[in-house]
Amino acid sequence: MHLSESVNTGFLFLAPWLVFFPVIGLLINTLFGHKFSERMIGAVASLASGAAFVVSVLLYVTVSGAHGEAMRWQLAEWMHIGTLSLDWTFRVDSLSTTMMLVVSGVGTLIHIYAIGYMHEDVRFKNDVGRFRRFFVFLNLFIAAMMVLITGDSYLMLFVGWEGVGLCSFLLVGFWYELDLLARPSWSNSFAAVKAFVANRVGDFGFLIATFIMFWAFGSLQFDKVFQQVPTVAPGVIIAITLFFLLGVTGKSAQVPLYVWLPDAMAGPTPVSALIHAATMVTAGVYLVARSAPLYSSVPEAQNIVALVGAVTALFAATIAAGQFDIKKVLAYSTISQLGFMVAAVGMGAYVAGIFHLVTHAFFKALLFLSAGSVILGMERGHHHAAHANHDNHGKGKKGKRKEERHDARAERSHSDSEGADEAHGEVFDPGDMRNMGGLRKTMPVTFWVYMAGMVALSGIPPFSGFWSKDEILLDASMHNQAAYWLLTIAAFFTAFYMGRQIWMVFFGEARHEAAARAEESPKVITVPLIILAALAVLGGALNLPFEGFHNLGHWLEATLGEVESLPLNLQVAGISTLLALLAILISWLMYARKPFAKDQTDPLASLGLFFKGMNNKWWMDELYHLLFINPYIKISYFIAEVIDWRFWHDWFHEKVIMGTYNWISFTGLNEYADQKGIDAFANGLGTWTQSLAGTLRKVQNGFVRSYALSILLGVVLILGYLIFK
Amino acid sequence: MEFILQPLTLVIFFPLVGVLALLFIPSENKNAMRWTALAVSVATFVISLWVLGRFDASNTDLQMVARYNWITVAGWNIQYFLGIDGLSILLVLLTTLLTPISILSTWTAVEERVKEYMIFFLLLEIGMNGVFLVQDLFLFYIFWEFTLVPMYFIIGIWGGPRRIYAALKFFLYTMAGSILMLLAILWLGIHGKTFSLPDLIAQGGIPANIQMWLFIAFAAAFAIKVPMWPLHSWLPDAHVEAPTAGSVILAGVLLKLGTYGFVRFNIPLFPEATLQAAPWIALLGTIGIIYGAAVSYAQPDIKKLVAYSSVSHLGFVMLGLFALNPEGIAGAILQMINHGISTGALFLLVGMVYEQTHTREFRVYGGLWKIMPVFGAIYLIVSLSSMGLPGLNGFVGEFTILLGAWGAGQNGIFYWGGVWFAGISAIGVIMAAIYILYMFQKMFMGPQGEVVEETKKHGRAIRDLNWREIVTVVPLLILIFWIGLYPAPFFNLIAPAVNHLVGTLPLP
Repeated sequence: MHLSESVNTGFLFLAPWLVFFPVIGLLINTLFGHKFSERMIGAVASLASGAAFVVSVLLYVTVSGAHGEAMRWQLAEWMHIGTLSLDWTFRVDSLSTTMMLVVSGVGTLIHIYAIGYMHEDVRFKNDVGRFRRFFVFLNLFIAAMMVLITGDSYLMLFVGWEGVGLCSFLLVGFWYELDLLARPSWSNSFAAVKAFVANRVGDFGFLIATFIMFWAFGSLQFDKVFQQVPTVAPGVIIAITLFFLLGVTGKSAQVPLYVWLPDAMAGPTPVSALIHAATMVTAGVYLVARSAPLYSSVPEAQNIVALVGAVTALFAATIAAGQFDIKKVLAYSTISQLGFMVAAVGMGAYVAGIFHLVTHAFFKALLFLSAGSVILGMERGHHHAAHANHDNHGKGKKGKRKEERHDARAERSHSDSEGADEAHGEVFDPGDMRNMGGLRKTMPVTFWVYMAGMVALSGIPPFSGFWSKDEILLDASMHNQAAYWLLTIAAFFTAFYMGRQIWMVFFGEARHEAAARAEESPKVITVPLIILAALAVLGGALNLPFEGFHNLGHWLEATLGEVESLPLNLQVAGISTLLALLAILISWLMYARKPFAKDQTDPLASLGLFFKGMNNKWWMDELYHLLFINPYIKISYFIAEVIDWRFWHDWFHEKVIMGTYNWISFTGLNEYADQKGIDAFANGLGTWTQSLAGTLRKVQNGFVRSYALSILLGVVLILGYLIFK
Repeated sequence: MEFILQPLTLVIFFPLVGVLALLFIPSENKNAMRWTALAVSVATFVISLWVLGRFDASNTDLQMVARYNWITVAGWNIQYFLGIDGLSILLVLLTTLLTPISILSTWTAVEERVKEYMIFFLLLEIGMNGVFLVQDLFLFYIFWEFTLVPMYFIIGIWGGPRRIYAALKFFLYTMAGSILMLLAILWLGIHGKTFSLPDLIAQGGIPANIQMWLFIAFAAAFAIKVPMWPLHSWLPDAHVEAPTAGSVILAGVLLKLGTYGFVRFNIPLFPEATLQAAPWIALLGTIGIIYGAAVSYAQPDIKKLVAYSSVSHLGFVMLGLFALNPEGIAGAILQMINHGISTGALFLLVGMVYEQTHTREFRVYGGLWKIMPVFGAIYLIVSLSSMGLPGLNGFVGEFTILLGAWGAGQNGIFYWGGVWFAGISAIGVIMAAIYILYMFQKMFMGPQGEVVEETKKHGRAIRDLNWREIVTVVPLLILIFWIGLYPAPFFNLIAPAVNHLVGTLPLP
């Protein structure tokens, strides 16, 4: 049932299998996983994801053969009603194959990594049975992501869009009964709900955009919409694009809806890498790139998108520089880098945005996974330390991490179960960089791959991040000066917080026993890291700013239309490189010349309030609580308790209506309807079966029958009057 | 014989076989009664599938018509008149599916007066199918009122501590609305010299000012049943006190009698009044969506939370119906089914855990997912369906409704509401995520709640679902995915009838 007009559709028929393979994987693990070993579960899930990667490669080959032309494969009907007609149609073109290669490629590596990671994680957290569930969710994510990027209409995209949101909820709340330090708590589950709800706010924007679009364009299918762009009023398109932007700020964690992403680090590290860095959060960037014909027709909306991205990039970068948790730094870094991408696609630099999306997927997945390796290493070290000092455990210093106590009951159950967790009685935070130091000696592989990720992210030539970020900066310098300067400063901060992290984690001396005893991770973890490191180093080759090397640009041209291939601009590249090197130098001066010591305050603290702001995330969570969450709760309770219950239910209905009714009717009625009446009837009914005739007499005493009877009588009387009048 | 073997007559009255059989089973033999009721209700479901097999979706006329004169006095003509079309077929199937599911769900929950309980359930099924299938207004009224009686006793006898109060309130409320409808039916019957719905629609010609009064009279009965805001006050009481199966049927089918009434009677009988009333009803629907969602969030009782969520969900249905375009009406009809499935399943699940814990205060729950992994997974799917996750059934309904409502805003049907109704109602989608996820989190996530220890103190340990319980919900789970992923067969059943209905309206 293929719809493509091109003759050679090659492997197009495999497109639905991008979704089917992961679904099969998750079904096998769901139904039969309880009989499998961990290795087997991991193998099934990784093979499912790997099969999707193979399909992606075959589709890439097919689309290359057609020079990137879009091909469509209709699987089934979906919604056909009125003028709405939507199908499950897969769209394979150069943009979607790029995305599917990244998602399934990086995804498969992360699946393999997770076999090793989750093996240890479920043991540290004493719930081995949860291993299987993780891979079920991970496969579900791949399936949903594939729907998102291969959907041929905005609504099918939306199915994937919310589907990945669901997976994010499930995986952020994977350890739903714990907090980040594996203590019983509500905090992980709150993070999960927060992620879903914040995304839903964005999805509201997405939905409104589709409503406007449908009634303006008569369709939600990409091509049909894009063809009509010139005939639709720009105001309508501005409305559509801005409502989509709201969706983008939710999914891609931009200002103002980014607040869920840092908390989403409650999920296991492979999740942070796959979903909250490499793939899902880039969906917003993909949406804007996919809607290129819409955005390009309305420069007003483009400027807003670019500014939202640029502001986010800088804002989040400042927060990243003030964090102590290794994953929180990366989380804010991700928000910041997503800002770069959104700014790029906002400026119409779609290729630059997608290019950065790809390289970022490599190096940020690498950084997160390496951070996971660091955390595991620290936990192993802590484990050894705890066993070595079994006698005097508990004297260890309390973790410094400020913990959020959402619920008094969480505390109680926390103290209840403290005894059970003997080996880990001390509150130890394996992710706190202040506990680390000197890890380059104990974890050499992790160190080197981390360095690769760091130089790529910091924008040091010739590593991948340099090329993609530079392309964005170059475009910004030509299209939007404000965005250019915001992004350039953000790039400076980027190199600074990465430098700060490297020095704190890997250099100097161990500041905690766990760091001193940390242990390198096994091959199942380090091999995927090495592959990703190679990609992070070399990924820039996809699209070099030299004549004849704009490969990605030419590839995407078939989908995005004519793109300008800019040559290297030495001024822009020079400024950003110099700033990056300067930032790393400053971070060296602050954190490495005199190594960061145990219990030392951060040198940045000399910035005073500015550092406080960075460290406390500029109090945005507190602000949102004040502005939105608390009022919502208060209003809800007010409507429910005062308006609905006390006024409407208790007063109006009980007092006014029932009171009036009782006053009018003879007072005996109410009494009659009392317990006695009903019970008498019920008892009567019991005897009914013994004697039908007896029952007929007994059932005469209930209130309702007499009421029903009176109505029937009334009907008969009215009828009688009408008939015989 | 010919009369009895009519397919529609069979669907309605086949449960009588079960009622008669139950009368002859000794009261001690509870399992025999359960099996009898289950077998008869399953057989009724099979009969309804046979009706579905004979149904021709492309035909917009009434099908499988059974029509006999019943009371013919002095120029009056009250008929035994049954017929089915795209507006009602899915609701009949929903009724015949939910009845055996409800019976199965009471297997261990009801130990007292099993015989009467089963008899009432089968009688209720007769009443509900009657409402969906009769085409004679007078007969409709009889079935409409008839459904009240078994439900009244189900709540009043097998309900919770305040069951008498709740049952009475349920009865009085719905009865009060019906009286106005009865007067309107009598007026129509006398004025039109027939009670036959198709004939009355074909006659038309009711003056606009009278149409509005009649519209309001019918709407009074239906709006209370739906329940539309602000007439919802009976619903939380009824749901909280009703036994599990009662809640399932109440939410799953009985509320749909109201929304069905609007689309079957109000819209085709009073088209001019419908156009005038549309924005007002859309307004009430929109308020209901937001209000119900806000109030749901603040409920400490699971059943109350789900009850108020019905107010919100049915607000969507009303909004879709009165968008008066194919997208909106078809979406609303599908959403009636979806709500029956999702909310029915939610009440079933709540009943299953309540049977173990004996509390519905969900804030003492917590961490149940660990103890009940299967139950947690099923509860999650049903919750997601209820909050309209794309790929599941709720989304298909909500999306088409909102799309239709947005279009109605643009096309002038909601003349002063504009696109605001759809826009504000879409906020309800965010709010649904808030109350549903909050409920899920408090029950299944977080550290283990007090309820686990409390239950242990009473000598029971909380267990995961058993096979009977799984079998009870699986049909609903299948439908949740089926309608969500491949709603085409369902839309194909609805669409011709809806297009026909929209075609008869004097739209601007």
